Amino acid sequence: MTSYAAAKPEDSPRRAFFHGAKDTVPLIIGAIPFGIIYGAIAINAGLSPWATLGMSLFVFAGSAQFIAAGLVGQGVGLGFIILTTFIVNLRHMLYAASLAPYLKGLPQRWLALLAFWLTDETYAVVITRYQQAEGQPHAHWYHLGSSVAMYLNWQLCTLIGIVAGTQFEGIADLGLDFALVVTFIGIVVPLIVSRPMLISALVAGIVALLTNNMENKAGLMVAAFAGIAAGMLAEAILQPDPQKPVVTLNGDGS
Amino acid sequence: MTLTMQEVLLIVGMFAVTFSVRYVPIVLVGRIQLSDRVQRALNYVPVAVLTAICAPAIFMPEGTLALSLENAALVGGAASILIAWRTRNLLLTIVLGMVIYMGWRALMGA
Repeated sequence: MTSYAAAKPEDSPRRAFFHGAKDTVPLIIGAIPFGIIYGAIAINAGLSPWATLGMSLFVFAGSAQFIAAGLVGQGVGLGFIILTTFIVNLRHMLYAASLAPYLKGLPQRWLALLAFWLTDETYAVVITRYQQAEGQPHAHWYHLGSSVAMYLNWQLCTLIGIVAGTQFEGIADLGLDFALVVTFIGIVVPLIVSRPMLISALVAGIVALLTNNMENKAGLMVAAFAGIAAGMLAEAILQPDPQKPVVTLNGDGS
Repeated sequence: MTLTMQEVLLIVGMFAVTFSVRYVPIVLVGRIQLSDRVQRALNYVPVAVLTAICAPAIFMPEGTLALSLENAALVGGAASILIAWRTRNLLLTIVLGMVIYMGWRALMGA
């Protein structure tokens, strides 16, 4: 897949940090329009510029911020917005559980920081790295570099969006938010290297369509678990021999 | 240029739930040994979650199933899948995918 699949040993924390940041650049480019639109939508929904920026600084969760801004605009109550945020971000629980084995032994402050900075994008970059370069001494610096790059970019884009949102009214309707979808497609497709993985994706996608009308975007979690279960089931049927190598992401690594 | 109390509570509440879902599993899982089965299940997380986010955005951008060429998200999404599959290049997928989506959208007069 992309350059971040190449797993060369890092000889210093600094190098690992910048390598992580560099490997995140394509995802940052995908996040730029999304961040700008968030800023613009939040301003148009009636959030103050400080609250718009504050949400990016302290919550740092793209889709949830997007949805929250929309709900603020509709005059929805605080409790409901926070509940929605929780449900929309539940997928991070799966990401965190999947990263946890690689973060074992790190000090608390590292865990807290890396947890705070966890996003779809950083997860996609670093899980690939951890799986391909297991046991590297500076892998968490790579993780940190990816996180910091995403974070700084998100703040900058929010600022641009705040300015753009106060200047041009129609910016939220341009369709720029589709950048998130093409980014995720670019991440997912190369990960589908086995039949169980393909089945997992198909089932997750179909269930997501069927459950799309569930409140609070709860269908997302239903679909995710259906996809995981389908992948496991397919793996058990297609590869019943436990001695065989486990189906990994990026099996070809090219 | 100041925040209202309502906005502060909103941000604090959103921070609390978001940080919790990101932090708690890291700490818990770090202290227990995951079974082989659970570890294998976690391999499917990125594909299942990201596909579940994308599918509705592609097939039902307005909330209902839209299987026609007038649906720019469907055209742009299909093109992006094809590009990602053939090139395995993330940046190219993002840039070309957006160009095709925006171009088709303009063509359809949206």
